[in-house]
Amino acid sequence: MSPNEENSVCSARDVEQILKRIAFEIVERNSAVEKLVLVGILTRGVSLARRLKRIINETADRDLPLGSLDITLYRDDLACATHHPVVRKTEIPFSLDGVTVILVDDVLYTGRTVRAAMDSLIDFGRPQSIQLAVLVDRGCRELPIAADFVGVSVPASPQDRVMVRVEESDGFDKITVMPRD
Amino acid sequence: MSSNASLLLKNVRLIDAGQNRDEKNLDIFLRDGKVAEIGSSLNLPADQVFDLNGAWVMPGAIDLHVHLREPGFEHKETILSGAEAAVAGGFTSIACMANTNPVNDSAAITRFILEQAASAPAKVLPVAAISKGMAGQELVEMGDLAAAGAAAFSDDGKTVANSKLLRHALEYASIFNKPLLCHCQDNDLFAGGVIHEGMISAAHGLAGIPTLAEDVDIARTIMLAEYLKVGVHICHLSTATGVRLVRSAKARGVKVTAEATPHHLFLDERAVVDLAYSEDLDEHVRPQQLRYNTATKMSPPLRAAEDVTALREGLADGTIDAIATDHAPHEATEKAVEYELAPFGVVGLETAVALGLRLVTEKVLTPLTLAARLSLAPAAILGLDDRGSLTIGKAADLMIIDPQREWVVDPGKFRSKAGNTPFAGWRLPGRVVKTIVDGRIVFNL
Amino acid sequence: MVFERKDLLGTRDLSAIEIRSLLESAESFKEIAERPLKKVPALRGKTVVNLFFEPSTRTRTSFEIAAKRLSADAVNMSASTSSLVKGESLLDTVDNIQAMAPDILVVRHRFVGAAHMIAERVGARVVNAGDGANEHPTQALLDLVTMSEHKRVGPGLTVAIIGDIAHSRVARSNIWALTTLGVTVRICAPPTMLPRELDKIPGLIVCERPEEALDGVDVVMMLRIQLERQDRLLFPSIRDYARVFGLNRQRLDLAAEDAIVMHPGPMNRGVEITSEVADGSRAVILNQVSNGVALRMAVLFLLGGQGHE
Repeated sequence: MSPNEENSVCSARDVEQILKRIAFEIVERNSAVEKLVLVGILTRGVSLARRLKRIINETADRDLPLGSLDITLYRDDLACATHHPVVRKTEIPFSLDGVTVILVDDVLYTGRTVRAAMDSLIDFGRPQSIQLAVLVDRGCRELPIAADFVGVSVPASPQDRVMVRVEESDGFDKITVMPRD
Repeated sequence: MSSNASLLLKNVRLIDAGQNRDEKNLDIFLRDGKVAEIGSSLNLPADQVFDLNGAWVMPGAIDLHVHLREPGFEHKETILSGAEAAVAGGFTSIACMANTNPVNDSAAITRFILEQAASAPAKVLPVAAISKGMAGQELVEMGDLAAAGAAAFSDDGKTVANSKLLRHALEYASIFNKPLLCHCQDNDLFAGGVIHEGMISAAHGLAGIPTLAEDVDIARTIMLAEYLKVGVHICHLSTATGVRLVRSAKARGVKVTAEATPHHLFLDERAVVDLAYSEDLDEHVRPQQLRYNTATKMSPPLRAAEDVTALREGLADGTIDAIATDHAPHEATEKAVEYELAPFGVVGLETAVALGLRLVTEKVLTPLTLAARLSLAPAAILGLDDRGSLTIGKAADLMIIDPQREWVVDPGKFRSKAGNTPFAGWRLPGRVVKTIVDGRIVFNL
Repeated sequence: MVFERKDLLGTRDLSAIEIRSLLESAESFKEIAERPLKKVPALRGKTVVNLFFEPSTRTRTSFEIAAKRLSADAVNMSASTSSLVKGESLLDTVDNIQAMAPDILVVRHRFVGAAHMIAERVGARVVNAGDGANEHPTQALLDLVTMSEHKRVGPGLTVAIIGDIAHSRVARSNIWALTTLGVTVRICAPPTMLPRELDKIPGLIVCERPEEALDGVDVVMMLRIQLERQDRLLFPSIRDYARVFGLNRQRLDLAAEDAIVMHPGPMNRGVEITSEVADGSRAVILNQVSNGVALRMAVLFLLGGQGHE
């Protein structure tokens, strides 16, 4: 792969198909749909969670509660961050006690974001279980964390940059892999 | 301390207001502590001969207003360290204020100061207090003090609030021909103030000292002098209204004289919040703290820009007779405190003449008027008949200035014990390179 | 996020972008107060020292709660327990505290510039929690957070600040922050408590009477009158002050219909503000207090939640 060359993994239509499959798997695995809630990790995880909510509403006729989670305050790298991290608003307008949380993010990489998100969720209450849904699993885990629902697996080296773009933030859906400069 | 040796200064530019003379290519011959001869190409045998290559020779500067802190506050300055600082700055005579501990309100203290000063490189002229203990209640024994060597009377640092006492002081001092140097300040209007009452005090919540506090007392002092038909000298004029009051009093024939300090002639209230507001300070010696630096805290405070302009006009037209430093040394730790807690006062002896040269480059003064403000007028105010000018026969007190020798004010190199100057990091255009007192070289750069 | 400073010493030098990002950031922290577990680990292992050389229960408590909700170790040091009473200089005290390696110092001092002096001395980050009559930046910022819950804080908004302007750091910090954001600020005080030359500040309108200041205004900010000032010949009596400058219902009726009423606390009920107004529907005084915690969390996080250069 030459530098600056983007390798498109998934196009817009693929992304929508993947999300439909994930939605189906979520409903299939959780028979007690009424106890399900969706929590997206800001920013793109929230967009994806919102779409899962829509798809599940359309296909299973269930309107799941949706929350958004900012994990900045739980990050383990605050002390070495060079920029000021932006803290955005966490909104979980429902109780987490006893529910099954589907935690949604765009890319699963080291697992540190998910670790922070789980710590944060547990501070909000005691969910029955937490399941993880990601659009892309790019490997290279640094913590013992695995996703329950994976859109695509893209084996990438730490030198690569895996980018998920979603219509809500970027104007179009696309998953790309490119070498870091 | 006069010297029997002879000294020949060759090829100088003599600038002497007393002779109204600004001439190049002159030689000056000093002998037995006096000016013996002035002329071109003098070929006289001398113990020492200097070819000064066009350097300026001016009468030694005379400071009407310094605080030498001894006795009582020797950690801030001593008579000796203050005199060392004086000659390093071109001052050959300095009048030291009475607010020591004990206060110089008796002949014994005056004699003590003169004894300490016997070995000092500059002439030290003790100023005695006006009131006992500077308490504003009873007059000091002026006759006794004058006989002991007091050069003037002043409660500087405080005002003489009691107008009747001030009246009697003015009347009584006049018979000894000793000037009264008045620190003009209305205590109630001044009370609690830290900086000039104006834009900066409003914006930064520091309690203000209104110009009014100074002006009403200048007016009172002038009215007393006018009524009594005696002379009076106003210390550290800082306000535009003060300049106007003195100017109109002089026009009416009142025998009033006035001084201004270099810091009031160069800095305004903005320095309190940004010491570098007007100058590109040398990075090696600039103070770390530019905002709320206590080196900008003095009384009277740094005023508004309009006041600085008025002072400069007053200095140029002679309303202000003299430049005086109000040299007020403080130990570094005393100034390294919260702005509001810091003592008032800045040092000035080692920067005043160079700042005077800057007034010349800024065309506020000519070299001759500078000599008048630094030497001739202060000598006249103090009644020093044999100083302040380099007329033949007068004391050989002079400073040699290299007007091209740019330097950076570095408080770390001061001879004063104190470094509390607001001019740290300033680049000044010229410098005193030699100072001679009574024919003796007391400072040599 | 545009806040790259080492310290927060005042609002005077802050740009509009910096102010806006602090306000936005505070919005994100509001929600934490509503969580069942009001604590996030962001400043775990950081030490915040509340260095209060002047008594202040409210501000100190607010900073302490903010620090603790961020999981920082908050230590209070107040003047009564400090060595200052033993005659130690401010810089010596601060050197001693610095030697214990704190991350953030929150400084309250009765003299102007104390926080600036400390900030230049120490490596720790410094938040000015009030220096003399100069600045109290977090108070002004929390006031802005509160205003923005009701109003668009920017050009077109008019705020009246009424009371002892001369001695008020709250007024100054608000004046700088509000005028930087383009808000029109009306100032009203007895002439004895109005600094000369304040009218030279752009964007500021000085009003002689409160009626004039209140006319159609969107936000009314009343300042605490320090009762001990009476001795300094600044006003004839508390009764007279309340009569001429106090905010009562009749005066509040002059303001815009949807005007909000603010007060930095602690209030002198019946002096600068009547209980009827202070407890009325337009008062947002307790929201100010709640927002204070969120804003201070944002400030502590922005200063302390990042690595060292």
